[in-house]
Amino acid sequence: MSLVDRVRALLGDDAVDVAATHDGVPRVAPASPDAVALLLGTAREEGWHVRIEGAGSWLPTDAPVDLALTTRRLDHVPAIEPQDLAATVEAGIGCDLLRQQLADRGTWLALDPPGLAGRSLGSVVATATAGPLRQGFGSVRDHLLGVTFVTGDGRLVQSGGRVMKNVAGYDLTKLAAGGFGAFGVIVLVHLRLRALPRADQTLVLEGSREELAQVSEDIAAAAVQPAAHELMSPALARRERWLLAVRFAGSAALVSAEETALRAATGGGGRFTPLRADEAHALWMRAAESFATRPVTFRIGGLPDSSDELLDLLQHQVGDEWISASPGVGAIRWGGETTVDRLRRLRRSLAGLEVPLTLERASWPVRAAVGHFGAYREGVGPLVAGLRRTFDPAEAFVVAVEGAE
Amino acid sequence: MTRDGRSLIAALAGIVGARHVRTALPERITYARDGLPTHRRVPGVVVLPGSRDEVIAIVRLLAALGVPFVPRGAGTGLSGGALADADAVLVVLTRLNRILRIDPRNHLAVVEPGVVNVRLSAAAAPDGLLYSPDPSSQTACTIGGNVAENAGGPHCLKYGVTATHVLALEVVLADGQVVELGSLSGEPWGPDLVGLFVGSEGNFGIATRITVRLLPIPRAVRTLLADFAALRTAGEAVSAVIASGIVPAALEMMDQSCIRAVEDSVYAAGYPRDAAAVLLLELDGAQESAVAADAETIAGILHAHGARSVTVAADAKQRERLWQGRKKAFGAMGRLSRDLVVQDAVVPRSALPDVLETIARIAGAYGLTVSNVFHAGDGNLHPNISFDGRVPGLKARVDEASGEIMAACIAAGGTITGEHGVGLDKLRYMPLLFDGDALAAMRAVRRVFDPEERVNPGKVVPVHACREWVGSVNAERGTRNARADVRSDFRVPTSALET
Repeated sequence: MSLVDRVRALLGDDAVDVAATHDGVPRVAPASPDAVALLLGTAREEGWHVRIEGAGSWLPTDAPVDLALTTRRLDHVPAIEPQDLAATVEAGIGCDLLRQQLADRGTWLALDPPGLAGRSLGSVVATATAGPLRQGFGSVRDHLLGVTFVTGDGRLVQSGGRVMKNVAGYDLTKLAAGGFGAFGVIVLVHLRLRALPRADQTLVLEGSREELAQVSEDIAAAAVQPAAHELMSPALARRERWLLAVRFAGSAALVSAEETALRAATGGGGRFTPLRADEAHALWMRAAESFATRPVTFRIGGLPDSSDELLDLLQHQVGDEWISASPGVGAIRWGGETTVDRLRRLRRSLAGLEVPLTLERASWPVRAAVGHFGAYREGVGPLVAGLRRTFDPAEAFVVAVEGAE
Repeated sequence: MTRDGRSLIAALAGIVGARHVRTALPERITYARDGLPTHRRVPGVVVLPGSRDEVIAIVRLLAALGVPFVPRGAGTGLSGGALADADAVLVVLTRLNRILRIDPRNHLAVVEPGVVNVRLSAAAAPDGLLYSPDPSSQTACTIGGNVAENAGGPHCLKYGVTATHVLALEVVLADGQVVELGSLSGEPWGPDLVGLFVGSEGNFGIATRITVRLLPIPRAVRTLLADFAALRTAGEAVSAVIASGIVPAALEMMDQSCIRAVEDSVYAAGYPRDAAAVLLLELDGAQESAVAADAETIAGILHAHGARSVTVAADAKQRERLWQGRKKAFGAMGRLSRDLVVQDAVVPRSALPDVLETIARIAGAYGLTVSNVFHAGDGNLHPNISFDGRVPGLKARVDEASGEIMAACIAAGGTITGEHGVGLDKLRYMPLLFDGDALAAMRAVRRVFDPEERVNPGKVVPVHACREWVGSVNAERGTRNARADVRSDFRVPTSALET
């Protein structure tokens, strides 16, 4: 029996979509977590290699495999609990649909990941791709109460739950978040929500990178607490010069007070220009979507006082056309076109500065060569390898975690 | 080196000096409990290393001999998690108490595991910074212990539990190998092993260097005390506050039994003795006008949801007094009875009113006194059962009531522990929460870090409830990790016990 026939027999005719795949790989869309478990259990028995796909809009769907497993039919929202500020969501739902459903219930997921609007939640969690809101609300893991994932041999593993604090057992949620699918397919996510902000204001300032870096330092020194504080390259912001965008979200009193503090900290008067709601939405959305259209995207985690030095390094080694930096937390996202050799050289330079580079998206040949994480620190490799063997004993998942270095 | 206990003791003394090895029974008995009085284990030997190099040497020695060991901080934990049996070595980390670095520009600190929680905030204060996790035991508990338990505290409602604040770790694994996890920025070099390590209750190794995030000390603070005539009304007010979109820094609740215990103690805070419950709320931020406006809004919500009165602390002194009553409530409850069982379940916040009533009903049915003091904003309950363990049959009744309370919390969509950890105390509840696959996955992960399961054996994962896990890297070694099967021929010789 062929692979396609086998899967059809397992999950039904409508679970397999052969025609839609660009590389001839059958794409399988299980309709439930149990179906995912059944499929992966069979994959283990048959020795099939599998790539995980969400909406297919972030990581290129080009890893060489026997079948593609897409979570696109896992798009239900079992629970939104406004009174608890928590939600339970299947991982295949698009972020845009989720955002709308949450807003309808007066709630908000304070994450603004890069990528197209319909990018799946599971993709955001699996790759831990936070956006500018990381400044005020933390990274992806800070929004997770728990996850359920399916291992490479078809076991459903639940971790965490839907309550605000939970230390029962080891925190496997942390392993799933940012694991790039190496440990399992995330099928269900329990989210920590916030109340929809009563006020949401973005202000922008154009200038040279050096000028804006100084303004950023002034903001930090004045203990202004923005929700987002982002330095964008001209191409990304679609402006003539670099753009500093500062966003406040919360109660009307808070936003008003923070805006006043921002102006006081940065020379007062009208240096920053407030954006209308539609302008602000367009700015943040365009920036997020731009990274989904660049051939390569990576993030680096530096310290606030090294932001300038790291931007110089990027400019020197790979260019600085598409950059979004959070100077308040030291994180930088880069997008553009580059080579395997340059990426390797850059990663080595950054490692010398104790700064990790995580490759977020690139074509399979680049991912396979460079890896999402590259080489580990001494002693960590065997731990990661052990964890991978634990959750994917037959190496069913094709994920370029380390690369070929 | 043989496995003889005397040789082991001599070898340990060779590493840390004889005066930092405790072998006499009276000395070891002082380590037989943690903050939870219901579990007691006397360790075989206690060793107190004074540096990371000594920790590494100890762990390597124990690895070579196949001896189990238990890392321990200040011993303030509430799960029996830092107790060691007679065949194990207790590694007490309180001498590793140096703050290695505070970096005000980047808001981070690097500390050794034995640094007392509140000391870090005190050291960072001149730079306008603080370490946010603030367990009630923060004047005694250590950062290393906080990492092991993923400790919480009142102000975690707004700022997150320990895991939110740990950026990087230096860890000594069970075999003595040293690994660096995480980075100063918090962006991991690979999968998030820092996140996995935090809260692993000592099962994955010993953290010898901890890098944490510091936060700016809030410039504006408002502390409010609201009192209610009914527990249910107070619970409903919690949901109303949360739904308002304003996130308090802390939102704590105490019931009448707890209020009276506090007011009868030296920690009397001025809580109204006739209240069925009080809520203690704190709002903070960088902007005075915003915090003042938010406090006004919250006071209005509390009044609208049945508060008899809402008092705003007039000054820092009153604020401190209100908080002292809350933070010393566990101590004050020692007045109620000789023994105390402390629970730590978490429920969805909207379930608080129903669950509190259920707890009261269970307490009534068993004829027990239950006092509630807890992190209401997180739904993290601490129902405390006061009893006299000398009364025949009473402890068994307390255990049964505890089980019913836990089952009620799980049925409400909750979990068995929010910040105290599983340790020994909650092992029996783990199968109520996790199926065999999830438990087996946890065990398999533990064996990646500690293949022989020698570090803090017998804690967190109930081995009997694990389904077979063929993916484990050590599956071929069978199922040898049941506590009784941990390999160790080590026993402290009787003569050593008597010295």
